[in-house]
Amino acid sequence: MTFTVMATGPQTLLQDLGRAGYAAMGVTASGAFDRAALRRGNRILGNLENTAGLEVLIGGLQLRADDTHTVCVTGAVGPADVDGRPVRHEQPITVTRGQTLFLGTVVIGMRSYVSIIGGWDAAPVLGSKSTDTLAHLGPPPVAVGDCLPVGRTRRSGTGGGEPDSRLGAGDLAMRIVLGPHTDWFDTGAISALLGAGWTAGLQSNRVGIRLDGPVLSRAIARELPPTPCLRGAIQVTSDGQPIVFGPDHPVTGGYPVIATVIDADSDLLGQVRPGQAVRFIRHRV
Amino acid sequence: MRLLPYGDTALLLDCASLEEAYDWYAALDEADVVLGAQSVLLRGNPAKMRKLVGRTTPRGADVGRSSPPIDIAVRYDGVDLDEVAASIQLSPSDVVELHGARPWTVAFSGFAPGFSYLVGGDPRLMVPRRASPRTRIPAGSVALADRFSGIYPSDSPGGWQIIGHTDAQLWDLDREPPALLAAGQRVRFVAMA
Repeated sequence: MTFTVMATGPQTLLQDLGRAGYAAMGVTASGAFDRAALRRGNRILGNLENTAGLEVLIGGLQLRADDTHTVCVTGAVGPADVDGRPVRHEQPITVTRGQTLFLGTVVIGMRSYVSIIGGWDAAPVLGSKSTDTLAHLGPPPVAVGDCLPVGRTRRSGTGGGEPDSRLGAGDLAMRIVLGPHTDWFDTGAISALLGAGWTAGLQSNRVGIRLDGPVLSRAIARELPPTPCLRGAIQVTSDGQPIVFGPDHPVTGGYPVIATVIDADSDLLGQVRPGQAVRFIRHRV
Repeated sequence: MRLLPYGDTALLLDCASLEEAYDWYAALDEADVVLGAQSVLLRGNPAKMRKLVGRTTPRGADVGRSSPPIDIAVRYDGVDLDEVAASIQLSPSDVVELHGARPWTVAFSGFAPGFSYLVGGDPRLMVPRRASPRTRIPAGSVALADRFSGIYPSDSPGGWQIIGHTDAQLWDLDREPPALLAAGQRVRFVAMA
């Protein structure tokens, strides 16, 4: 009931839907960056939605089955095969004993999820098997030579769901709600945020997606007292450049938040490719 | 208190002081709330949360009176102790004395698992953060910044002024709860010889 890791690519992590509710201890939720993709994989296989999957950044993961299992790859799209035979995206895949599942470099999106019937097993930390890359909580990143045990989590009914059609588009449009610290910026900053010219930065990770574009200038220069952060919050550091928080964001932050990506669209952030154009659309709650 | 939009799943209560934020935090403790230095994050449908706040009265919370203080033994050998003392025109031994003179109270947590922002110390100990943060501060470092004192639970980068060290385990996953300190807990720093 295990898989042996032959290769990992740049980063492969175990992720479920995270550990919400521990902010009072300084612990953030973490969990899958593209939660919708993880949920789809679990639904396709009949797992509960919170079952842990492998979050594979860019591709390059190679797993050898030590037994026969059914898996599914969702999220970012790239070539995938079992012993060289191409397999379908977002469909159940049978991997028999001794066969190798390989995920090539993704061509659409950034993060694929490999789900398995029964889930990947690991010791939960504060109720979750997710790896928090900022706080170093949860299992260590998946490494070559690891034996990944398969769990026996409860099952539910099957059913997939549609991948987000915005994924493959040239520029990624996300809806934002202005605030909470919009009045800390001058009016030019708001129109710049809603205008063109934003691209995802190279320094992006699960803590946040950095955006390259116009400098967002402040109307209030003083320091912000530590304020609770949210996934999707667009924090602007003192150099005027925004960072959109991902699942491993710090619990509190010391820079103003000009706007917040709505919860559903924050899944797309996990699929933004460095250099990809990003656009924000004003959303009213 | 101003009620500010924060995405489509939360609101932010922007308060004038930590005390006001704590009163709201205490009054809303049935809801999904996170306390900041002068703010409270309230998770939930924004329209429903607006109504909840509308029918809530901030409670005069008796911060830190509920439990006896925890003593934390400190060796005041921090790299920034002399500089901190000089910046507020005191001697290093004055800083040590003032830091332990009255109990501090955990205001809120953040930054890292088990890291608590402590308030209520002597106002003369107000010092700015370091202009450029250090890349590695050892676990157990006792530090000052602005009106806060704090203890780094694990090795991490940080910009606070280090005045000493403790062997106390601020964060231990094999303990229930893992965090030694929680909001409202009082802390007394005791100087070790």
